[in-house]
Amino acid sequence: MSKEFWRWKEYNWVNENMDWRTGDIITAGVDVGSVSSQAVILVDGELYAYSSMRTGSDSPKSSTNAMNWALEKTGMTLNDVQYVVGTGYGRVNVPFANKTITEIACHARGANKMYGSTVRTILDMGGQDCKAIRVDEKGKVTNFLMNDKCAAGTGRGMEVFADLLSVPIEEIGDLSFQVEEEPPPVSSTCVVFAKTEATGLLREGWPKNKVIAAYCSAMAHRVVTLLERIGVESDFVITGGIAKNRGVVNRLSKEIGVETLKNDYDSQIAGALGAGLFAKALVEKERK
Amino acid sequence: MINVGIDVGAKNIKIVALQDGKIVSKGHVLAGFETKDTSQALYNEVLKKANISPEEVNSITSTGSGRKAADFASNSVTEVTAAAKGATNMFPSARCVIDVGAEEGRTIRCDNDGKIIDFALNEKCAAGAGAFIEAMGRALEISIEDFGKISLQSNQEIPLNAQCAVFAESEVVSLLHSKTEKKDIAKAVNDAVASRITSMARKVGFEKDIILIGGMAKNTGFVAALTKALETDVIIPEDPEYILAYGAALLTGN
Repeated sequence: MSKEFWRWKEYNWVNENMDWRTGDIITAGVDVGSVSSQAVILVDGELYAYSSMRTGSDSPKSSTNAMNWALEKTGMTLNDVQYVVGTGYGRVNVPFANKTITEIACHARGANKMYGSTVRTILDMGGQDCKAIRVDEKGKVTNFLMNDKCAAGTGRGMEVFADLLSVPIEEIGDLSFQVEEEPPPVSSTCVVFAKTEATGLLREGWPKNKVIAAYCSAMAHRVVTLLERIGVESDFVITGGIAKNRGVVNRLSKEIGVETLKNDYDSQIAGALGAGLFAKALVEKERK
Repeated sequence: MINVGIDVGAKNIKIVALQDGKIVSKGHVLAGFETKDTSQALYNEVLKKANISPEEVNSITSTGSGRKAADFASNSVTEVTAAAKGATNMFPSARCVIDVGAEEGRTIRCDNDGKIIDFALNEKCAAGAGAFIEAMGRALEISIEDFGKISLQSNQEIPLNAQCAVFAESEVVSLLHSKTEKKDIAKAVNDAVASRITSMARKVGFEKDIILIGGMAKNTGFVAALTKALETDVIIPEDPEYILAYGAALLTGN
């Protein structure tokens, strides 16, 4: 089998400086997306451990795998987690979840925690959909728009291009800036047609990086339409897998003239983190 | 009087040569990437087949999304104009023309004189075009030629949830994994395109006679799915993929 360039790294992480045994409320959020799944464990509402994996064809198994992997380095078991909230496209398939909450609400809540209460606009660029979400200072959703019908502007579209150009998906962002001058964006909207267009450009003698730049800018342009419809108010953040691709992020910022807030949080865990925070609130509510 | 029509499509180039309004020669070829040279070569070949010398040609009209490549044309027309002209000239009873090509689809409503009243286009998305069948055919390992035949063997109704070709491909793969039969998936794919085209036909409003043209008219499974979705018959010309070139040839620019 040929190399799969779209295949991004799966990983898990634990905060070694925290001791969960001294914590009061331990909760988890599991975000089963159409392409990737994340499980986040929170101790008193603070990020303690998480995992990020590819969603398999079996959603219940994917959520269990992600949860187990997040637990792996912590020394705790699922029984130590008091409350689990499932979210994402496959949220009904989280067998150990106490409750499910939509990914829109969870992303908003998660982004509020990750980037602070000044966040007003969130663009979640996921594997198979793209959502523009407006929130208030508490991370409550005030409005949202979504594209889940078309692969243009989603991570899946970028995966298709990584494969077409034989470039590891993590390198696309950097390579897109290794061009002599910024090319015009790929003109086709549809990923299927964009592939044909890109093949033609390569035949015309365009260097690979120039084609990558043209596609990153096409993807940025594509989601701008969604943002313009909902209106961008600062602070603006991008979450999801594409947030890690500066080839798209920088071009998007430039086109709308608004910088994105960035920090050390993993942009892909926003949904699961939000779910974990809702779980904590639910535990507190039950105690009252 | 010799009039030539050339339709440079996304996938194929089609040329029709008319002598006093009657087709005397035609030919098609894969467009490939050297569209300019390929168009010229096909043009020479089509003329040669009917022993026509280039000096005898009175007009060359280009159409199709790649029509700029046929730079030897004397004038050019849009695909909508060419499709309506070709279909209504061949079938004066035509009131609706449905053209489904490799990367584009269009529905056109005409009046009694073949004049265009309204039209709808899809040139942005593979979901309503032959490229969708091609992509699913790859996942199913069914050739484009066999796709219709195989889908006709099924009488199952499996809904395809994904609209996008990229997402549908994953859905087709999971259907295969869950042991759904290939013929049933092929039918679901044809049904999906037919439903997209039907909503485009509803946009312009359709009444009989409906003429179906473009390469997809050769996919028998798609035709069956479309007539079912439209709840009415369609008329298919003998060479449905040549109608735009034929229509272009008739539109001499004079």
